[in-house]
Amino acid sequence: MSQLINDTGFVPNDITTPFVTLDHWTTGCALQLTSDTDPNDLDRILSAPCIRIEFPTSADGRGFTLARLLRLRGYKGHLRAFGHVIADQFAMARRSGFDDVEIHDTVARRQPHDQWLFRTDWQDHDYQSRLRGDRSPIQSAQNTL
Amino acid sequence: MYKYNDFDRSFIENRNRQFRAQVARRIDGSLTEDEFKPLRLMNGVYLQLHAYMLRVAIPYGSLNSAQLRQLAYIAERWDRGYGHFTTRQNIQYNWPKLSDIPEMLDALAAVNMHAIQTSGNTIRNVTADHFAGAAADEIADPRPYAELIRQWSTDHPEFQFLPRKFKVAVSGAHQDRAVTKAHDIGLRITERAGKIGFDVIIGGGLGRTPMIGKTIQEFLPVDDLLPYIEAVVSVWNLLGRRDNKYKARIKITVHETGIDEIKALIDQRFNEIRPSFSGIDQSLLNSIIADFQGPELRNEPVHEFHTRYDSAAVFRSWIDTNTAAHRDNTHSIVSISLKKPGQTPGDASSAQMRVIADLAEKYGYDEIRISHEQNIVLPHVHKEDLFALYCALKPYDLATANIGLISDIIACPGMDYCALATARSIPIAQQIATHFDALKIEHDIGHLQVKISGCINACGHHHVGHIGILGLDRAGVENYQITLGGDATQTATLGERAGPGFSADDLLPAIDRLITAYLSVRLSPAETFLETYRRLGQAPFKAALYPETQQNTKAA
Repeated sequence: MSQLINDTGFVPNDITTPFVTLDHWTTGCALQLTSDTDPNDLDRILSAPCIRIEFPTSADGRGFTLARLLRLRGYKGHLRAFGHVIADQFAMARRSGFDDVEIHDTVARRQPHDQWLFRTDWQDHDYQSRLRGDRSPIQSAQNTL
Repeated sequence: MYKYNDFDRSFIENRNRQFRAQVARRIDGSLTEDEFKPLRLMNGVYLQLHAYMLRVAIPYGSLNSAQLRQLAYIAERWDRGYGHFTTRQNIQYNWPKLSDIPEMLDALAAVNMHAIQTSGNTIRNVTADHFAGAAADEIADPRPYAELIRQWSTDHPEFQFLPRKFKVAVSGAHQDRAVTKAHDIGLRITERAGKIGFDVIIGGGLGRTPMIGKTIQEFLPVDDLLPYIEAVVSVWNLLGRRDNKYKARIKITVHETGIDEIKALIDQRFNEIRPSFSGIDQSLLNSIIADFQGPELRNEPVHEFHTRYDSAAVFRSWIDTNTAAHRDNTHSIVSISLKKPGQTPGDASSAQMRVIADLAEKYGYDEIRISHEQNIVLPHVHKEDLFALYCALKPYDLATANIGLISDIIACPGMDYCALATARSIPIAQQIATHFDALKIEHDIGHLQVKISGCINACGHHHVGHIGILGLDRAGVENYQITLGGDATQTATLGERAGPGFSADDLLPAIDRLITAYLSVRLSPAETFLETYRRLGQAPFKAALYPETQQNTKAA
């Protein structure tokens, strides 16, 4: 149904526990956030082991700022972009603090493995890291290359 | 001027490789039209009425002669031999083929130029005072800060899919020549106790809901500039409306949220973001500032110039109208008008671009600026060279003495090119310019800014024209509304609508009546149209625009 992508390309999905929405979330559960999440709600979910932020369309860029805010507020868990994300946005997702991207199969069929690999050079050609020094968004421990 | 380093060069080469692949992936179906559209827009490619259009950034309006020659070459090689300079210091090519655009982008990269973020819901080309680095009234050159913002905003990972476009302008002088109060963020450099800081203005903009920006921060320290701007865009990215594109700009967010509330949110976000900047941007800034030191000006007395000025009336008129005070009193800032009456405002042919490039090299220390008023500026010319420069410009229709006068009109491309337009702008500008030029009363009328937009999106800045003209479509017929009293400077004001609109045929006679009224009610030739309007209000101008209504009122 969906395809997971990290810096090595298409990989099998390693998270099988269900994601719950903010209304039903309790500590310890994997959490799914919508792109219209109020940034004030982020503070109480920093203990979640995994957070998936939804991209309803590739034109909705709110998820990038939500990811960045989570990292700025000290979120150390796994952060995943989910939904309608295109290969051209892979570097943006990684630079904003996401660990990986989970897309619908329909997009994966149109944009196969090689198109994503073409954009995994997100650590190169990055004005932000030049301007910020070493204080780019924190990545979670298990996925830092 | 800023010198590209290896990082900048390889960034652009890489970006162009990505865009080439995106065009190919659109053609093979990997990208849907909806997915491709924002990608082409963030690379400057529009789909217009008749063809694709490529909008190239001229960051903060600065160019050298090699870059201008390349713009001329691109116009000839892949377009129809001319380019159109816009109100946001871009150049537009109106007739490229989509398949040629990757090559055009490579040709731009060869002279350290690009079309990145000139369109789409991104942070657009950062603009600045076109007299920057040369003006007598300058506190500090705004361009190093504009360049820093260009680098920060370029491919910023959070801000490539914003609610709507986002425009930043920087001014560093007492006079605001960058329309900072009509931008999403306007920055004005101020000075306190020998140090500089920024007054930050947010939420200005024209378009269908014109608003004058509000000052949200006074004297922001230089090293807080990037984190503060990032805080503004970060707050707006989450808060800005995505349900209605006409309500998505930050001016609406500010209006709906309230300035105090949004300031509190931005301050809070700033505190979160500030620690993520290590301060290394300030050492980059220092090297950028060093690049902008400016040329070593020739130290030579002025004598011949005065003789020429006193003896040649036509030259004198051009000097009085088209030159401005330089920080060095042996030099002048020269504006080259792209508004010869009858021409399309802001268009320049490849031949004209090459002549200007040559003259900039010969007389202008190789520096060229593009103004938001759609003219070209040579910011440093020794006064002894002014006569030779004038004579060299004349054969190329580039010596029109009309800067700031009624024929120096800002006009959007209008229905002749633009897919959004509801009326023509260019022919209206041409008619007005030609009319007053023929009457030879332009210099008597004095400083008067006419700004024309061919639709409600207001690319021609009509809201801030002393006389603003807005072309609309009324049941299939062009109809032009007139606004009066607008002002684009530090005393920014939105013009007030004068009354019902005019047909294309009735517009010129109406403008003529308006000018005649001004000439008869002004206190002296020294009182400008705007000053007269501010003193007397709309009444005498309305009476001139709508004489029938006046008669009817009297009869009743």
